[in-house]
This record gives sequence, structure tokens and C-alpha cells, in this order.
Amino acid sequence: MKTPLSWLKAYVPDLNVDVQEFVDRMTLSGSHVEGYEKKDKNLEKIVVGKIESMERHPDADKLVVCQVNVGTEVLQIVTGAKNVKTGDLIPLVLDGGKVAAAHGDDTEYPEGIKIKKGKLRGVESNGMMCGIEELGSSRDFYPEAPEDGVYVFQEESGVKPGDDAVKALGLDDTVVEYEITSNRVDCFSMIGMAREAAATFDKPFYPPVVSVKESGGDVNDYIRVKVEDTELCTRYCARVVKNITIGPSPKWMQDRLKAMGIRSINNLVDITNYVMEEYGQPMHAYDLKTIAGNQIVVKRAADGDTFTTLDGQERKLDADVLMICDGEKEVGIAGIMGGENSMITEDVKTVLFEAACFDGTNIRLSSKRIGLQTDASFKFTKGLDPASAYEAINRACQLVEEMGCGEVVSGIVDVYPNPAEEKVLPFEPDRYNALLGTDIPAEDMLSYFAKLGLTYHEDDQTLTIPSFRQDLGCMADLAEEVARFYGYDNIPVSLPKGEATVGKKPFHQRVNDVAREICERNGFSGGMSYSFESPKVFDKLLLPEDAKERNAIVISNPLGEDFSIMRTVSLNGILTSLATNYNRRNKIARLYELGNIYLPKSLPLTELPEEKMRLTLGMYGEGDFFDMKGVVEELLEKLGIRGVTCEPSKDIPYLHPGRQARMMKGKLELALLGQVHPETGDNYDLKTDAYVAVINMETLTMLAGFDRKYEGIAKFPASTRDLSMVMGKEMFVGQIEQVIKKNAGKMLESCELFDVYEGEQVGEGKKSVAFALSFRAKDRNLESAEVDKAVDKVLEALKNLGVELRA
Amino acid sequence: MKEKLEAMKAEAIARIESAKDLDALNEIKVAMLGKKGELTAVLKGMKDVPPEERPQVGQMVNEARAAIEEKLEEERTKLARMLRTEKLKRETIDVTLPGRRSLRGHRHPNQTALEDLERVFIGMGYEVVDGPEVEYDRYNFELLNIPANHPAKDEQDTFYITKDILLRTQTSPVQARVMEQGKLPIRMISPGRVFRSDEVDATHSPSFHQLEGLVIDRGITFADLKGTLGQFAREFFGEKTKVKFRPHHFPFTEPSAEVDITCFKCGGKGCRMCKGSGWIEILGCGMVHPHVLEMCGIDPKEYQGFAFGIGLERVTLLKYEIDDMRLLYENDVRFLNQF
Repeated sequence: MKTPLSWLKAYVPDLNVDVQEFVDRMTLSGSHVEGYEKKDKNLEKIVVGKIESMERHPDADKLVVCQVNVGTEVLQIVTGAKNVKTGDLIPLVLDGGKVAAAHGDDTEYPEGIKIKKGKLRGVESNGMMCGIEELGSSRDFYPEAPEDGVYVFQEESGVKPGDDAVKALGLDDTVVEYEITSNRVDCFSMIGMAREAAATFDKPFYPPVVSVKESGGDVNDYIRVKVEDTELCTRYCARVVKNITIGPSPKWMQDRLKAMGIRSINNLVDITNYVMEEYGQPMHAYDLKTIAGNQIVVKRAADGDTFTTLDGQERKLDADVLMICDGEKEVGIAGIMGGENSMITEDVKTVLFEAACFDGTNIRLSSKRIGLQTDASFKFTKGLDPASAYEAINRACQLVEEMGCGEVVSGIVDVYPNPAEEKVLPFEPDRYNALLGTDIPAEDMLSYFAKLGLTYHEDDQTLTIPSFRQDLGCMADLAEEVARFYGYDNIPVSLPKGEATVGKKPFHQRVNDVAREICERNGFSGGMSYSFESPKVFDKLLLPEDAKERNAIVISNPLGEDFSIMRTVSLNGILTSLATNYNRRNKIARLYELGNIYLPKSLPLTELPEEKMRLTLGMYGEGDFFDMKGVVEELLEKLGIRGVTCEPSKDIPYLHPGRQARMMKGKLELALLGQVHPETGDNYDLKTDAYVAVINMETLTMLAGFDRKYEGIAKFPASTRDLSMVMGKEMFVGQIEQVIKKNAGKMLESCELFDVYEGEQVGEGKKSVAFALSFRAKDRNLESAEVDKAVDKVLEALKNLGVELRA
Repeated sequence: MKEKLEAMKAEAIARIESAKDLDALNEIKVAMLGKKGELTAVLKGMKDVPPEERPQVGQMVNEARAAIEEKLEEERTKLARMLRTEKLKRETIDVTLPGRRSLRGHRHPNQTALEDLERVFIGMGYEVVDGPEVEYDRYNFELLNIPANHPAKDEQDTFYITKDILLRTQTSPVQARVMEQGKLPIRMISPGRVFRSDEVDATHSPSFHQLEGLVIDRGITFADLKGTLGQFAREFFGEKTKVKFRPHHFPFTEPSAEVDITCFKCGGKGCRMCKGSGWIEILGCGMVHPHVLEMCGIDPKEYQGFAFGIGLERVTLLKYEIDDMRLLYENDVRFLNQF
């Protein structure tokens, strides 16, 4: 919402504050100012000058030397403008003044252009005559200005030499732009903003006094209105104006519209635009002679209907679009745009004015479906006050009459079957203070309410809420009004009392914190990726057609195919990011992400999906499978999760079939990890060996514990035995380790792999594996025989697996 | 005898003084004091000394021995010190060579900002609570006073899954969930991922993060809200930070406010970061709307409360002066390594 200050002052004449103060205080009272534009910020020392005489420049054919009267003196000005003549009144910037732009130049000059006196081809010039562009405006708003040349004041402007030219052109204004919140429909109007300004600065507010001078006749003889859908159209007002004389609107109206950036068209159009800005109420004018049967019917369109709006476009309609029809045909899309078939033309004689209240939601949805948003539809979507239709149509007729634009037929058609009830709320000063933490006297509160148009009834201590304040519905709403005008900054500062609470994080977040810590300690940096992705991900990950991961939740209105499903696998983000890094030639990348995957219980979704936290790690450039595995092991250890086995797998399609595994605790899958399958790598344009791990954080959280008990430091020496074994190449070392641990008895302190060898010495299809076993008792020195016995047991068990002790 | 001993002593000391290394010293020690050493030999020869002279000779031998030992020790220390000095000299390295670093990962700046925020609020007695990212319309909108067809639903362009299930557009539904559980008083924050259908550009992302705060208790006031957020701002942005509360509108709070803080770059003087105003908008807040309390089963006549919501990315971008939001989701290590 924008307001020119000059227009606001029309209703709040005592508003005499500088712009900065206006902006600051309006913001603090709730009308957040987003910015303002001083139309004359780069216009300095520009006066009206009268050209007294003109002579040819002695040395330049294209220049003329003028003597210009600026009231106090006559200045010599050299100009190249061709459109001026002796006697013309023109805007003239004096020596040391400033203009906003340069002639014939689209460059922006944020600081304006300084004008100094000087010599043009040897002849002194004491200033510059200005075109409208140099004054920072355009012919759109000053159509009388020449296409190329100096602006010449028209006779009826009544200016005289020495006048302030900027003021004379109405450029001495500031337009303030506000961010209006959706609840304050009333503030999308000049009157609403003026009321706020008057209340903010505690100045009297003078809204327009509307009275229509009627010329006789009866509107009902001209038009009948039938509203078929009274839910979508709660009020419909119609008035008729006859003997229309189309012409320009008065300068004050043109100036105000100009300041709002609205081009003046003619008196009739200007009036509807003016009232729309003033009351925030869109209006429409029909040429009555195009209205068949002198009848207006407001009803829903039929599915499949089409209609040509006044911009010449054909629009597709449906049964939820509300239409304005005459006795035979559709003449406008309610609240959005009128039809080409009922458009006002220059030779209009009788006009039908419409001001109605349409359902905001319906207009919003219709306008979206049709793909047509207009100033009118924008206003309607906020949900207008039905009272403003009535006020606005009368205001328009008043202006028509005052401006001599036509004669207003007596009477108004007002179809308003279910008038809104007057809203009354109790006045509860103590509750307002209790909510705000203030001690504001009741009478101060009443004075704020009065300024806002609320009426207080002392007898039953109630407040009548004016119809334009649909947002006021309960105690808290009124407390906010008190707070706004008492000043948020004047409300004291305190801290919540009451019982103390303990600040804490849930356990799973502590587990997540440990995970981050471990990842970072191992060189992995935290990444972030989107929760939604492309369904192509499944193909890139080589998941079979029937993979359960393909049962993903689909977003019904995604930003595009690439963001259309909720991820069921966490890898896509990390793989994409690794590829980004790789293709940007970063030598090493290690990334991790903690984020959810979304697993539907059934599709289509009838209840919320399971959101599972996954820790996903990915790396390339340095390290291999075992570095990745080490990170997972470190995390498990840090979380106190023991007894984890690493089970080789082959079934994870996006991982190298010979380099993938699951980390299991019994039947619980804790993690999977492996080298990225080269085909998947190709699909991501990640053409290097990359390793990933995906860790199920819920399972880890379930198993995690941070309790530790001191076990003492060994007092007695350990006894070690190295076992070097030969076995089949396919046999997993993990299996050997399990056998050792299972059979070595409780004196086994540790069992560490120290060598794996394949080669000639061990023979084809075989490998040699060496473990160092360490035995220890807490309470005594171990006898050699005891250790031998344990080792024998281990060897016995290994023998059964076909493992032989190496000679 | 005496002369012999004196001469022996003098020779030994002279040899000690000219010794070049520890081995030479050892040799001297052995030669003089060892089992077969000269001085030991004198002691061994005591039996030939007349008994009345023995104490005197013994004393002389002991004196000579002590003197030699003292000298040996002195020289040993000197030599050892010299050797160490030489060793240290040899070991000199170029300390200006770069330090050796092990590969360490970096925390995502958004995560760091979140943890900083959490720390402040946990310190103030707030409990961190999670909520689902795929959410029912009821929690995301309805219970927050945004009924069907409310324009606010348009403002927060929502990703829908079904008519009733959507991607949450804010962390506020967690408020509704916690209130509905009915355990009072409440003092919680809820950080998390939210979604809105904004096209990706330098300042927009369809997925971002918020941190929601909620306090419900008897007698909680707007003044408490001001005090709490003021304290937060000073803790988080610095001791001298000032806050400004501007009236605003959110469907689920009344009165509502937007909060500006003095620009943490220029301290309020006006700079590029704050677009010259000296203030930076940082969060939205307000008193929980009585209707919201009611819908969640809390009697608004007995309990009052406040809520606030902070855009995490906004804080991150401002704090680290990151000029393009897309960087947060690209995961380029050259970006991440800077934090």
C-alpha cells in the first residue's frame, strides 16, 4: 500500500511532521513503512520563468538565447529546445540547482544532476529550462508535456514567474509505502491510512462527508439487480448516472492519482480509480445501453464457459467463478475484470455504477485459476467490509455531480440480504493490562479506541466495533490496539516468573551431537540437502523396479519434477554434493549430513509417514572402505554400542558388489557402507572412487549409552601369542575373529589382526592371516599352560573351518 | 708415599682436564679408581705400610680419591652439557615450515548458528522439542488460527501431499502439539526444517529452518516477552544490542510484533548490511492468541503465554555475511571449510 503524504493531509490537515518522523512513528504504531520516495529529492532551485524574448545564438544554429523573467530578475538562458516561444511559462532550474535526470538519457542519477551557470558557445547561460523527464516524471503523468522539449505550463495552471515550479507541478510530494498485514483490510485505503495517521499523531481526522445531490428519476426504472449467490456476493449496490459528459478530471484529482502512479484517463475512469484508492473499494462502470434487459444478475458461471475481458483476452471459466450478467449474457467477472462487451466508450450517455462485496476467498481462488490478477481482485481478496460498497458508490456519485460529469439518478439499488451484525465487545481494561504487563489507565485506553472509531457505551461498559475493523474480535485484539497506541516501546520489560524449568535437549539430539563430533574429527564437513528430490534418483541408485524405496511420498504441487518426491533414501544429496565438489576440482571432499528420510506407512498417505534420521557420509580423494568403516566403528564405540558385527553384503545395488557391508547388532541394522558402484558414480557424474555410509540414527539412539565404569588398570602382565593362519581366499577375516573371540575364553584381552597376505608362498586361492592374541588375568600371573590351552581350543575350532596354522 | 700420591693425583687431574669425551673420562676413572686402578693399587699396598702410618696414608689416599672423583664429576657435567648443546644445535629445524594438520571436518554454519541459539535458550531454562516435518494441516494451520481458505495459507505457499497432509510451513505446529499434550507450564524451543514453495534464488529456498519458542504459564505478559527476547538478543548478538518491537500480525498471536535489533555490524549507525537504517529485522513474536490456547485445550483465562519464531538461515547469512543462500545447500568444501 502506498500513500502520497499530500493525499493523507487532505483528511488530516494538521499533520505537520517531517517525513522521517512520520515514517518512524507510523511503523511503531503498526503500519510498517517499507520505504518512501520523495518525488522532489533531486529537484532544487526550480522556479517558473517567463520567456520575455528570444534571439538566435550568434555562433550556433541550433541554440537560442532567451531572456527569462523569474519574478525578481530577468536571466539570460541559452536553450536548444525547439518548442518554446516568447511568452511561455516554463520550469527553470537556476544556477546551483539540481534536476533529477538528463534530457534524452536513461541513466539513473541517484544524487541528481547539479546545474551551474556557464557559457554555451561563448554566450552566458544562467540556468536551464526543464523538460518533464528532467523533473523526474514522464509524459504518462503529464500528457500535456511535449514529446521532446521543455515543459510549458498551460494557461489554466495560473502560475506566474518566480513561483516554485516543483510545487506548481505537484511534484513536492512524498509517497510512503507500507507493508499492510492481511488482517488490516481497512488500511488498503487512503481513508484507512489517514485514520491510522491521525490516531498515531493524535490529530483530528476528517473523512469525506458524503452527500449525493440527486437529479430525480428512480434508479429502479433503469436497472434491476438479482443476486443468485448471496454467499459469494454479500452486497451489491448499483446507481445510475445519466447525461454523462466525458472530459478531463480536475487537476487535484489528477495530481493525487499521479502521485499514486495512476495515469489520468478521463473524469469517469478517474472517479472510479480515485474512489478505489480512497475507500479501498473497487468499482465498476458499465455503459447502461449495453446491459440487456436493464437487468443485472450475479451468478456462478457454468463449467467450460468462456468470456472475453476488457483487455481483449478470452478467459476460461468454471462453476466457482462468480459472474456479473445482464438479461442475456455475461458482462464481467465479478471482482476481477469487466467484459469487452460492456466497456465504457467515449460516447457513453448513461453509466451504471457497481460497488459490491464479493467473497475474498472466492475471488482469490478464481483469480488464481483464471490467471488474472487486477487491482480490483487484489483488494477483494482481503475480504472487504460490506459497508464500504455503499459508501464508495455514493462517494463516486457525489464526485460525478461535483465535477459536472453527469446527473445522478435518484435512489440506489442495494441488495444486502443478510446485513452484518454490529459487533460489540466488553471493555476490559484490567485484562488488557494483565496481558500486556502494563498499568495503563482505562481513560487512556478509551481515548485510543475513540481515535480508531470504536464507540464506548458507559452504561454496560462495552465497545461497538466499526464494521471496517473486521479484525477486532476478542480481548487480545483490543489489547493490541491499546499496546499500539501506548507504544510497544513504552511497555516495560520483565522476565517470566513462576516455577523454574530445566533447559535440556532430548537424548536423541545428544546422540546426534556425538555423531557430528565424530564425523568432523574424521575430516567430514556438515552438509545440507533438500528433503525432496527427483523420482529419477531411484534409477540413478540402480534400485530395482520393485524396490520398496520407490514407494515415496509425492508432493501434489512441487516446484518441479526434480523436487517432487520426499526422499526415502538419504544418499542422493551427498552423492550430488560429492559430484559438485569433484567437478569443481576439489581434490578431497568428505561430507556428512544428518537429515530425515520419509517412509510412508501406506500410499496414498492417510497418516503421517515415519521420519527416520539418517547420518549419511560420503568421501572421495583420500581413504578407502576401511577409513569409512573406521568412522562408523568410532561412532559406535563412542556411543557405547558393543557386540557389533560387520556382515558382508551383495544386495545393495548402488554399492560395489564386492565392497559393501552392513553393521549389525544382532538382527538390528545399524549402518550400511561401501564403495559407490561405478555405474551409480557415472549417473552422478562422479567419476572417481567414492565411499559412503548410511547410519540409522534411531537404532543407534535406542542402543546408545554414555554410562562408563572404571575397570582398573591391569596389574599383572599380559601373555601374548601370535597366530599365523592359512585359509581359503574367500573366507572373511571377521569370521576368524569371531571364532577366536568365542573360543579363547575369558582371559582373552584382545585379538588384533596384524597381517593379511596373498601370494606365492601361501599358494593359489589361499591367504595368510595373522592375529596377535593377548591374554591377561586381573588377579594373577597367567601360567603358560593356561594360555596354551586357550590357544589350542581356538586352533581346534579354526581347524573345523578348514583353517590351518601356518608352519 | 705422600709425594707419590700427590703426583698421581696431579697426573689424574691433568688427564681429566684434557679428556675429549665421556669415554676418555671413563677410561681415566677405571685407570685410577677401578679395581685394577692405580689408586686402588695403593690401597691394596697398605699391608706393606707400617701400621702406625696406615691411618695417615689411608686419609691421604681417600683425599686423593675424593679430589679425583670431584674433578671427574665436574668434567663429566661440563662435557655432558657441551654434548647436549651440540646435539640441540644439530637438531635445529626451520620452524617457519607450515604446521602439520590432520584432516578435520567443519560444522555447517547453519548448524553452528542453531547451536548458538539453542545454548542461549537452554541456559534460560527452555527444553528443546522436535516435531514432524510432514505434518497435518490441523497442526500447521487450523490449530494456529489459520482456518481453511485463510489468506495466510496463500502467503505461506504450501507444499501439499494430500488435502490434510502437507510439508510444514513453519515450526509453530510443534507449539500446538506441545500445548495439546497439556503439561504446563511450558518453556520450549523447537528448531527444525520447514518448507515453502519459493523458487530457489539468492534469498529464497524452498526448504529452510526456523526456531520456534513458546512459554505458557500463569501471568505471562507481553512485558515478559520483551524482557526475554531482549535478554536473548544481548546474549546472542552482544551485550550492547538493543531491540525494537514493532506491531505486526500473525494469525496465532495477539498482540503480535516483529523485532528489530541494532545492526551488529555497525552498531546502529547505519551501513550496507542494515541498508542504512541501523536496524535488522530478526524475528516475529507475540502473545499466544486466546483462541489458539482454547483450541489446544488450555484455558486462556488462567494461562497466558508468548511465542516467537526465528529464521535460522537469516541469522546465519547475516552473522557470517554470506550473500547467497544457495551456498548453504551446495556443500562445496571450499565454502564449508571457512567455518
